[in-house]
Amino acid sequence: MSADGKDPKQDHHHDHDHDAEEKGLALRVKTLETLLVEKGLVDPAALDRFVEEYETRIGPKNGARVVARAWTDPAFKQRLLTDATAAIRELGLSGLQGENMVAVENTERVHNVIVCTLCSCYPWPVLGLPPVWYKSAAYRSRVVKEPRGVLQEFGLEIPPGTEVRVWDSSAEIRYMVLPRRPAGTDNLSEAALAALVTRDGMVGTAAV
Amino acid sequence: MDGIHDMGGMDGFGRVEREANEPVFHADWERRMLALSLAVPFAVPYSDDHLRREIERIPPADYLRSSYYEKWLIALESLMKERGIIPGGTVTLPVTPGAPIEAEAVADAIKGGFPTRRDDKEATARFVVGARVRARNIHPKHHTRLPRYVRGHEGVIHTDLGVFGFPDWNSEGKGHKPQHCYTVRFSQQILWGREAPAGDSLYVDLWEDYLEPA
Repeated sequence: MSADGKDPKQDHHHDHDHDAEEKGLALRVKTLETLLVEKGLVDPAALDRFVEEYETRIGPKNGARVVARAWTDPAFKQRLLTDATAAIRELGLSGLQGENMVAVENTERVHNVIVCTLCSCYPWPVLGLPPVWYKSAAYRSRVVKEPRGVLQEFGLEIPPGTEVRVWDSSAEIRYMVLPRRPAGTDNLSEAALAALVTRDGMVGTAAV
Repeated sequence: MDGIHDMGGMDGFGRVEREANEPVFHADWERRMLALSLAVPFAVPYSDDHLRREIERIPPADYLRSSYYEKWLIALESLMKERGIIPGGTVTLPVTPGAPIEAEAVADAIKGGFPTRRDDKEATARFVVGARVRARNIHPKHHTRLPRYVRGHEGVIHTDLGVFGFPDWNSEGKGHKPQHCYTVRFSQQILWGREAPAGDSLYVDLWEDYLEPA
């Protein structure tokens, strides 16, 4: 289902072609894998491990821990905003597509949102692999030009007095947004706070 | 190159469609495709710049029709063909492959990443934080990370990010040409005209060769 409650499949009149295309792609990938395995260039067990890491261990729960720590530990927050790569590493998080991290803070006056217009650069160690919408032509083309309109579609109304900052991560830095801590959460533990943080909050397309 | 991949500011793609409770992968071949892209460079080196160059060479109509991992597949196939690893195409970059990554090494390899920042002593910075700069109005035929929508526009150096290899050269096999990369702040009104909200801004990371003093 898409955000407006429409099932994109209902609009899709080529399900049969689509299935054939998927089968074709699956066959091409299998052929490539087989060739590379036969030549001794990849180990299928290693491929399984890559999949397992990104399907089960590396995802937005990691970034949520970073945010919750920043909300509860002012010194950590300061380190996160001055050297995000090092601060994030303190929580045991680092690596591919997060070698150089920058965290940008949402405040009453500033709202940040992340995009990669040229491809789909995304901070993997903290957010995992990007969702399809982040990689879509609609998001990549529009959020740099009409961020407020795109955010509105996500259900996020940015007041006119708040500055919107769009970060196009087209080089070597991967960005994450530090959302504002919701009101009325003073008594929550760090773990309970982490449970409030969403992937979209750390991309900047949701408040938290 | 001024390709379809350089999408910032284009109209006509409609609303951002989202899938509720989206899975990490939508098909098993996507799982294998991600894993292949990450595992192969250990035996047959290539960088993100090379992969992106191949993706950007996909003809515009095919690019728009293809899913994310389908583009990766097309790109990895061409990289392997030009390196003489799989049959088809012309071998332009013959390589002697190394050993594959072992399963036990995967978790650490992910955690280690592929650091791309270079020693800051390799290049001096031409611009200081706060300097007014203009994104050059250039239209290279090869891979570049200078988005079209900032070209010719004036911005301000927000951060000096340090020294990195230059993708325009690296993707062409011309060497790394280490240079400073900067976060540059542009006003949304400068980029999109008076209709954009006055206080809003856009930050984009640009290599020094993309910039000139304003």
